Amino acid sequence: MPRWFYQLASPRWCYQITGKLLPGFSIAALFLIVGGTIWGLAFAPPDYQQGNSFRIIYLHVPTAYMAQSIYITMAIAGAIGLIWKMKVADMVAKCCAPIGASLAILALATGAIWGKPTWGSWWVWDARLTSMLILLFLYFGIMALNSAIESESTAAQSTAILALVGLVNIPIIQYSVDWWNTLHQPSTFKITEKPAMPPEMWIPLLILVIGFYCFFAVTLMMRLRNEILRRERRTSWVRELLMQQRG
Amino acid sequence: MSETKLQPLAELQQLENADYRPGKIFVATLKRELQLALRRRSDLVNPLIFFLMVATLFPLGVSPEPTILATLAPGVVWVAALLSTLLAMDSMFRSDYEDGSLEQILLSPQPLFVVVLGKVLAHWMMTGLPLTLMAPLIAVMLFLPAEGMSGLMLSLLIGTPTLSLVGAIGAALTVGLRKGGVLISLLVLPLYIPVLIFGTAAVEAAVTSLPLAGHLALLGALLALGVALAPIAIAAALRISVSG
Amino acid sequence: MADPLLQVVDLFCERDDRVLFNNLNFSVFPGEILQVEGQNGSGKTTLLRILSGLSRHYEGEILWRGVSVTEQAEQFRRELLYFGHNAGVKAVLTPEENLAWYAALDTDIDLQHIPNALNAVGLQGFEDVPCHMLSAGQNRRVSLARLYLSRAPLWILDEPFTAIDKKGVAAKEALLLEHAARGGTVMLTTHHELDLSRHVRRINLDELSGT
Repeated sequence: MPRWFYQLASPRWCYQITGKLLPGFSIAALFLIVGGTIWGLAFAPPDYQQGNSFRIIYLHVPTAYMAQSIYITMAIAGAIGLIWKMKVADMVAKCCAPIGASLAILALATGAIWGKPTWGSWWVWDARLTSMLILLFLYFGIMALNSAIESESTAAQSTAILALVGLVNIPIIQYSVDWWNTLHQPSTFKITEKPAMPPEMWIPLLILVIGFYCFFAVTLMMRLRNEILRRERRTSWVRELLMQQRG
Repeated sequence: MSETKLQPLAELQQLENADYRPGKIFVATLKRELQLALRRRSDLVNPLIFFLMVATLFPLGVSPEPTILATLAPGVVWVAALLSTLLAMDSMFRSDYEDGSLEQILLSPQPLFVVVLGKVLAHWMMTGLPLTLMAPLIAVMLFLPAEGMSGLMLSLLIGTPTLSLVGAIGAALTVGLRKGGVLISLLVLPLYIPVLIFGTAAVEAAVTSLPLAGHLALLGALLALGVALAPIAIAAALRISVSG
Repeated sequence: MADPLLQVVDLFCERDDRVLFNNLNFSVFPGEILQVEGQNGSGKTTLLRILSGLSRHYEGEILWRGVSVTEQAEQFRRELLYFGHNAGVKAVLTPEENLAWYAALDTDIDLQHIPNALNAVGLQGFEDVPCHMLSAGQNRRVSLARLYLSRAPLWILDEPFTAIDKKGVAAKEALLLEHAARGGTVMLTTHHELDLSRHVRRINLDELSGT
């Protein structure tokens, strides 16, 4: 196992390195999200079918995409914590769940808002929206289990198992929901499947996706730093740090 | 009392040449679980009554109109079956946890995977199998066309074991908690969705006289995956829960 | 002296932000009876659960016959008999059925010895009575009957004498001595004053934890 791997296992080292990385990621997230949003909302050409209402994809697609990526991140972090008994990985997994759930809610809300002008109703049992809803349920289950177990390490291990079970299930769920969808609504207009998006449309989308990755990194690091301080509050380095900040 | 002798200590040589027969412990587990269930018959009947009650709510809540009920029937029977298996799930490991039997199972040299599989099979024989046998009754009450009956029975027969396997993961994760009941549903219901989708689709295909084999094959694939992977997750979850 | 059966190296355990033990080192040799002492909450049960492999909330190394227990979990479990707070007796099953289940779990147990074991713990005549109709002490005895059946060298017993009457305790103490005499090892916690105190080595967690 390489040396950085062990260093990563140390909460103190992790606290310091995230402290150094945080400003860079924050600035990147800010510029990419603001820039991408302005480009997408003001300068990208309107869709030939949907007009301007399609512009919500600049929020919908990145959030939906992130909700899924964060679940994978969470499951992998949980597995690392489970196998190598690495405390920091447990903390990362724990911090991921609320962020992922929030983004899933955001993806569902933007999907609903988009649905109104496109389908004429706030909710349609579209395959992607339904999958997103189930993903949100999976997040809820993980958060509920985590808060129900008192012992911190047991909670981390149990949620890691659940996250891994969910990870195996997600492709099956998505496949089954897609299949169900074609069975019941054979001719629905699929909102996110564009035949060919011109570059002026997808470049801002790409920028926003990268921006949201940075934003996720920022929120994850902030939550992680809090979690590290909370759990390590009895160690000497945290006490010294707090003394310095007060002093 | 002094006339009874201790058994001689096992010799190292003998221990190292142990011959394990997983089949034996599997059968022993199954036998014990069935024995336990038969002595607490109310636990056996409750999910079935619940199954019947849930199905009764739909005509009352929606409409007694046969045509409406007939279209709802596949979904209603499947959702009711799903909820009934959940009802019996919490007790799966809980009594063993509370009286200390679970500790002994975890500390035995027998492969936990096999013991777990035996317990899940017993659970299915107590819930999934009777539900499958009772389903035609409810299907008739909900005016499911007679052609759909084979699809309903077969899909429940292949689908409910998967529900027991996946549900057992939730039961194992929550066994150490004082109140596991509601939490299990929260953890497990999203994972049940594929079984529900393929199960109801099989019934609908049967009703419209479309070929069934594809749907049943999908349910079978889910079951195969569940048999292979779920016991690993259940065993790991049990060790974590008992350790906590 | 013979090689130690069980070795505990640098054991560290923390529960709820409290260090239960730190740098705990000891060895257990064949033929020894080891009593773990300490106040309530000092971690006696936790220590026994860690040693048996039930609890994994520890850092450090536990060696069985010189090899880490995590590397030979199955082998170690074959040589271990654990008796916990909860007796592990199913209330709806009879004593005989309960012991038959233990025999299924532990392949070294011979089913034929079950009647003898039940006699030895004073449960003759109750073989066919469901355990929920027996007293608390009798239920513990059902589980203690495993001591007569097991061929495991290491016994880890957490409060084995709870709810057992005086005569029963004396019989069990004799049993522990017999087990030690044949080269077995016992680790136990108990609130009873043991008559066999001069044969017992003690570990006091209050002194070791350094609190």
